[in-house]
Amino acid sequence: MTTATVSAENLVVTYDEFKALDDVSIDVAPGESFGLVGESGSGKSTLLRAVAGLAPVTSGKIRVHDRVLVGSRRDKAFYRDVQMVFQDPYGSLHPRQTIDRQLLEPLAIHGVADGERRILKALDEVGLGSGFRFRYPHQLSGGQRQRIAIARALILEPSILLLDEPTSALDASVQAEVLNLLEQVRRDRKLTFIMVSHDLGVVTHMCDRLAVMQNGRVVERLSSADLVAGRIGEEYTRNLMVASKGFQRKGAAA
Amino acid sequence: MNPLLTVDDLKVSFPTRTGVVEAVRGVSFTLGRERLGIVGESGSGKSQTGRAIMGLTPAHARVTAKTLSFEGIDLLSAAPKVRRDLRGKRIAMILQDPKYSLNPVMSIGRQIVETLTRHENVGRAEARERALDMLEAVQIRDPGRVFDLYPHEVSGGMGQRAMIAMMLVAGPELLIADEPTSALDVTVQLEVLGILDKLVSDRGMGLIFVSHDLRLVSSFCDRVIVMYAGKIVEELAASDLANAKHPYTQGLLNCMPAIGSDRHPLPVLDRKPEWAL
Repeated sequence: MTTATVSAENLVVTYDEFKALDDVSIDVAPGESFGLVGESGSGKSTLLRAVAGLAPVTSGKIRVHDRVLVGSRRDKAFYRDVQMVFQDPYGSLHPRQTIDRQLLEPLAIHGVADGERRILKALDEVGLGSGFRFRYPHQLSGGQRQRIAIARALILEPSILLLDEPTSALDASVQAEVLNLLEQVRRDRKLTFIMVSHDLGVVTHMCDRLAVMQNGRVVERLSSADLVAGRIGEEYTRNLMVASKGFQRKGAAA
Repeated sequence: MNPLLTVDDLKVSFPTRTGVVEAVRGVSFTLGRERLGIVGESGSGKSQTGRAIMGLTPAHARVTAKTLSFEGIDLLSAAPKVRRDLRGKRIAMILQDPKYSLNPVMSIGRQIVETLTRHENVGRAEARERALDMLEAVQIRDPGRVFDLYPHEVSGGMGQRAMIAMMLVAGPELLIADEPTSALDVTVQLEVLGILDKLVSDRGMGLIFVSHDLRLVSSFCDRVIVMYAGKIVEELAASDLANAKHPYTQGLLNCMPAIGSDRHPLPVLDRKPEWAL
């Protein structure tokens, strides 16, 4: 019955007593780019991590390509299809391994043969030449590191990419470059994105639809077009919208 | 009107094994009792400018300037004791992340009281009273409770308010805020900025607001300085931002994805080598 590529139904994630996700459901269509927004602690990253098998699911169902995933165990086939890019490129690359070694790792795990070709292709695709192949992460800038993290996610040719605040650690100008890169690979490879961000500007730029989260629940689902046009149902979403417009002094010109 | 702070040709450089890194290369500006924003990307020298004024540059770095004076005091030739007395009392600094900049093993109240007792001759009861008043001024609802909490027990927004309270309790004339809200959620960000704005204008302080966020700075400050590679590339009134002339400033403004503007792909910054000359 379901046509969604990724769906979560009544998902609950608890850490000890704390409910990080409380009865959350989302549906992401094939080839769609879906955004999750909210403040810190709203559960947006937890939802992404639950899909990736990195969070303890207490109850509820996660479905990826019509396969129901139980608990937080995932098999190799899952990770060939679903890859994740993390927020902090400084933390997500091994500081003592060359870029080559880090890109080779997923290939070795999955027994992919033509590593040489794939590494060169992946580097080329993220706009870094082969000259970067034998460098270490500390020799790269933040934007270049995030490109490597994207290359590592793409090297297994997944169809779904989970993006956890992929640009919030980057400068504005570098953010624009990385967002353009992400859009381009999505177009070229017909990928499905689930993207977490606290920046409404970034989410409306990248995503077709989005879910607004607060305290572990989805408070509103709407399309980017609705958000832009101000067709907002929830007070909380409106607050986020106001906040993203920058600081305004109370009173006229005070 | 005499300016509060005069900076003329400020340079900060760090000797390293591979040569001298020039972080700030000749920055000049004057500041009255106004809100000045310093904007730039990481590595543009904006934070080092703030730190040099505060006197927090690491000992191995070299700081030079034709003039670096605060209310007639020459900061570069001032004795360490003079600078210590200035720091916290007349010039204060708010840092980015309350998680790292508050002392984790001291209660919030004690940290605020410490600022007071260091700079003023006050009794314990009075210091406590003033710290509680200050916590109330930063809109903390239950000052008595927060006074005894430790930094790990409060949220980021609360921690940053405590930090503002600590910095303003001694009544400084110049406040340097180095990315004061970058570690906070957008909604909390506005609350904290509102508090900061009110206190700064009520007390008539000078404010230097260092941030990477051009739009935020322009909505908050009177005047904006844009830095690139250790130099000022443009200085303009915040209201005049739309008429920015330097391609770097224009690029920075342009590359942000804004709600309601449908631009695919986003314009990216085409860095010209001559900007860094």
